[in-house]
Amino acid sequence: MSAETGRPPLEGAALAAESGRAAGPPLTVGAILRRRFLRHYLAVASAVVLIVLALATLAAPLIEAMLGLDAEQVNLLGRFQGPSAAHPLGTDELGRDLLLRLLYGGRVSLLVGLMAALFAAVIGTVVGLIAGYYGGALDAVLMRLTDGVIALPLLPLLIVLAALDLTKLGLPEAFANSESASLYRIVFLIAIVGWTTVARLVRGAALSLKAREFVRAAEALGASGPRIMFVHILPNAVSPIVVATTLSVGGVILFESVLSFLGLGVQPPIPSWGNMLTNAQELIWSAPLLAVYPGLLIFITVIAFNFLGDGLQDALDPRAIQ
Amino acid sequence: MLSYIVQRLVESLLVLVLMSFLIFGLIGLMPGDPIDLMISANPDLTPQDAERLRALHGLDQPIVTRYGNWLGAALQGDFGYSRLFSQPVMEILLPRLGNTVILMGISFVLALAIAIPAGILAALRPRTWLDGTVNMIAFAGISIPPFWLAILLIIAFAVLLGWLPAGGMPPADGGVGAYLLHLALPVATLTLASVGGLIRFMRASMMEALRQDYVRTARAKGLSTRDVVVGHAMRNAMIPVVTILALSFGTLFSGALITETMFGWLGMGKTIYDSIMGNDYNLAMIGLLLATVTTLLANVLADLAYAWLDPRIRYR
Repeated sequence: MSAETGRPPLEGAALAAESGRAAGPPLTVGAILRRRFLRHYLAVASAVVLIVLALATLAAPLIEAMLGLDAEQVNLLGRFQGPSAAHPLGTDELGRDLLLRLLYGGRVSLLVGLMAALFAAVIGTVVGLIAGYYGGALDAVLMRLTDGVIALPLLPLLIVLAALDLTKLGLPEAFANSESASLYRIVFLIAIVGWTTVARLVRGAALSLKAREFVRAAEALGASGPRIMFVHILPNAVSPIVVATTLSVGGVILFESVLSFLGLGVQPPIPSWGNMLTNAQELIWSAPLLAVYPGLLIFITVIAFNFLGDGLQDALDPRAIQ
Repeated sequence: MLSYIVQRLVESLLVLVLMSFLIFGLIGLMPGDPIDLMISANPDLTPQDAERLRALHGLDQPIVTRYGNWLGAALQGDFGYSRLFSQPVMEILLPRLGNTVILMGISFVLALAIAIPAGILAALRPRTWLDGTVNMIAFAGISIPPFWLAILLIIAFAVLLGWLPAGGMPPADGGVGAYLLHLALPVATLTLASVGGLIRFMRASMMEALRQDYVRTARAKGLSTRDVVVGHAMRNAMIPVVTILALSFGTLFSGALITETMFGWLGMGKTIYDSIMGNDYNLAMIGLLLATVTTLLANVLADLAYAWLDPRIRYR
């Protein structure tokens, strides 16, 4: 949802008709899109939920100071405490404050999810533009590759990739064994399997855009292939990219949580919602709530991103007018 | 048609060879090698012994040579021994493949049995409370982490209610009843985790079919709603869904891996996970390849089903 000012109403009879129906001065494209989006009340609610979650995780150090606690403070005498004034959600199996763990874990999960989705969107956009614009054999090869990646059982392969010894790939040992290596690794891993949806949508957009007059004109003026792809086609394919990226964030966060849960993603002591559940299965008899909270937050975040993507799709898709 | 099948099978075989080389290379990049494991089991081995053993087993050769050796043995039916189980790899994998087929098969059929009617009903009554409810269920199904769903089901049905076992394989002499009891929660998890996407595809595809001219024609000539929906719209709406089914096979297998690991169901997915975590290179290699083979075959089958459902498609 970008700048709604200064742009004249344009792009398609559908939008024009919609702005014409409204009383008063004709609406800009942005105003129409915003109106369509706001009608999608689930998407609006999801946006609010996500903003609140993001702000809460950003405020984690403040809340930590307010409660007068230390998020990493282990207290073996105070394990599995119930909710109290000192610990609003109680404590975990090592006596750490659960609320603070959830907030710091949320920082990691949200950040990894957004980074991986953006990285995947970049790969998908480049693949889609090349396949759609150049067409022919290149298109066929790239799309067979895309179908292949979609069809493969990804989780077993990701587990292998996550178990690789980074030093055998020639990476310096200091990096391979550092705490943050697991973060970079999981962002990279999810991106190399998560780009397919964006690639297909961008390819479709590029196919239809390359036959348009402004692209033909640029070709006639002698613009190079990359210039046409990135300067002329890409800006006009922004809405499918935004929709596909938003929709893929949910799936990416799920992948992160599964891998971290299996012990192959974000490594403790860095908390993430996924690795907070690693020991949950042993705790379900003694402290079932510890197994509920992190999963609930993953669920809420993922469903909110999916509703948001759905709402954006309805708002940005010119065919979806009711 | 026959030449098309042959062509697809040859293509799949090429992909399989490519994948086997890729997986072989990746497994070579996992921490340690078999000799490291021997050293940790027997500290008396000197570095000179280790070097000799590496040379003896060809581990000092370049990767292409090692892959060639592996492929030569595999083509003669020698897939090696499992380190974790001390048994030939195939003797472990085949019964577990059976367990996975049972889990995935039942879940898949159940998911379809829920998704097809739900998607059609939602498409017939768009923007009603029914459509809204189906949509919410579908979104919840897509968004729930499968391992957390398994934990919730265990808390509800094993811990609180105590109706079902929390996991494990049924005892060999337990009969059909015990078998079904142990299968119930894994099947429920995998079904719920895969039904959401199917409902959304079915609904979208049915909406599209209901907009077509032939549906209007069928209505205009006075067919009952039932005949229009089942005989005309549904048949055509199923065509894109079949393609999606083939593409979702890999996702279903990933779901099976999580489900089996959570419930201790001795299937392919759990075996692959355990073998990778336990540095069981031979077992991991063949397990991953079997998963790839089944995926490729599912894709070929879906293409054929596609041609069978839609007579307009002709293959050269």
